[in-house]
Amino acid sequence: MTKRIPVLLVLLAILPALIGCQESPAANQPIHKLIITGSSTVAPLIADIGKRFEAQHPDIRVDVQTGGSSRGVADARSGIAHIGMASRALHPQETIDLLATTIAQDGIGLIVHADNPVANLTTQQVIDIYTGKVTNWQSLGGMNAPIVVVNKAEGRATLEIFLHHFHLANSAIKADVVIGDNEHGIKTVAGNPQAIAYVSIGTATYDATAGVPIKLLQLNSIPASLATVQNGTFPLSRPLTLVTTKHPRPLAQTFMTFATSPHVQNLVIQHSFIPLPS
Amino acid sequence: MFKTWSSSIPSFPYHRDQLLRWALWSCASIAGLILVFIILFLILESVPALRHLGVNRFMFDPSWHPGENTFNLMPMILGTLFTTIGAIALAGPIGFCSALFCHCYAPPRLASLYGRFIELLAGIPSVVFGFWGLVVLVPLINQWHPPGPSMLAGILILAMMILPTTSLLAQSSLAQVPTEYLRGAAALGLGRWATLRRVVIPAAKSGLWTAALLATGRALGETMAVLMVCGNVVQIPSSIFDPIRTLTANMALEMAYAVDDHRSALFVSGVVLLLMVLILVTAANWSNRVPRHV
Repeated sequence: MTKRIPVLLVLLAILPALIGCQESPAANQPIHKLIITGSSTVAPLIADIGKRFEAQHPDIRVDVQTGGSSRGVADARSGIAHIGMASRALHPQETIDLLATTIAQDGIGLIVHADNPVANLTTQQVIDIYTGKVTNWQSLGGMNAPIVVVNKAEGRATLEIFLHHFHLANSAIKADVVIGDNEHGIKTVAGNPQAIAYVSIGTATYDATAGVPIKLLQLNSIPASLATVQNGTFPLSRPLTLVTTKHPRPLAQTFMTFATSPHVQNLVIQHSFIPLPS
Repeated sequence: MFKTWSSSIPSFPYHRDQLLRWALWSCASIAGLILVFIILFLILESVPALRHLGVNRFMFDPSWHPGENTFNLMPMILGTLFTTIGAIALAGPIGFCSALFCHCYAPPRLASLYGRFIELLAGIPSVVFGFWGLVVLVPLINQWHPPGPSMLAGILILAMMILPTTSLLAQSSLAQVPTEYLRGAAALGLGRWATLRRVVIPAAKSGLWTAALLATGRALGETMAVLMVCGNVVQIPSSIFDPIRTLTANMALEMAYAVDDHRSALFVSGVVLLLMVLILVTAANWSNRVPRHV
């Protein structure tokens, strides 16, 4: 027993060396790494596009990290990432030094529980609901029940686009629930017949067809669907973009050309987004 | 203070003893260093916000809207405090009483079955509690008193999560009461209730405090479950049916999306949380120093 202690210590000492050995490069050719960070809405799509890209370019490794659109823009600017992902168009002051390449379109739709009789809201009604001027569904043609307002957490592109479209300040919104990602919002609405939320139309369509008890509301009598976003009639739409500096590296340029090519169109549709017109 | 063996075990200047000593010393210092590094990192990251905004802004700004440059942390500090206090007020007595029943009244078979149940409850990951809360508990509260996601939901979920901690630790501290005490009490002709009240509980007191302390620590730091059921609206609640946001939920919701001062402000909320835990530990140590009755 007593003799074992030094043996253990020796083992502990050489362990890092053993682990270090495995990290030595196995392949002869150098591997180029392409780092992409940003929007959690775009990331799953880019991860899939990245896999297809890697299959065509075995010497390139695509590394996708999520962190929100603001992070994507900041990382592309500072050079931490080769490409940033953003689920919104660039702000005017961002276009001075950055370049955005649209890879797909997405819409933002208002959702309620499937049991809610309300099917359409006007822009003014949405503003009244979110600023707390209307607090009962009855005045909107629904049941006699309080409205549970679901808002997005600070820093999300969905929130920015929603506020911008309805000309609201976030501090003016009287929310009952603040959510993180789309799925959290959909689960909240599915479990609460009085709730109203706004989420990615792609995600909502996908979940509603899968049997989740939610429905997308019409906005000013325009149905919220992938078709109306595609033909431009639905007002709340946004581009999903890849952001780089004005002069991207050749590797980043190759990837963006690939991500906007018809080779990835089926992946875009698979993720319930609207592909670029071919 | 802390009682150790360091002065009562002889240490010889033999090679093996010295080797063991240094090996153990390095293991102990790893644990200490990790804490030091985490605290340093938190402070370094929060310095920019403290320098740009100052401490006062975190207490007296009109609201928490980093996008509009307002950074009031007070509603979230209170949210964390209220949920934690509510959870420990619920789970503490229930856990303690269940431990008493299990240890002193229950037939051995039932006690062992119950013990397995509690251990299983302790092993359920917090995200599962949160998910259950979101799809079962929140709709139930909504039927009773809308909107549903609320401080009450957070308190109930947290209480469920820390119940096994309080119960298991209370049981083990009751089990450590020497049997001589029980025999002595029996010899004095004390009944079961009197034995419990006058002998067992005073003797187990410090262990029971530790149980409450560890459970409070867990409730303070819990993130995922409260994020899913509390509603996350930054406000000082006027009733238990109002939604609230805790410090931990705030960090989890916004950290990945924050840049510049906003990001740094989230590290400030981390420092605040750390301070709250520090105050808790100090208070627990202080109250533990009150002389014991046995």
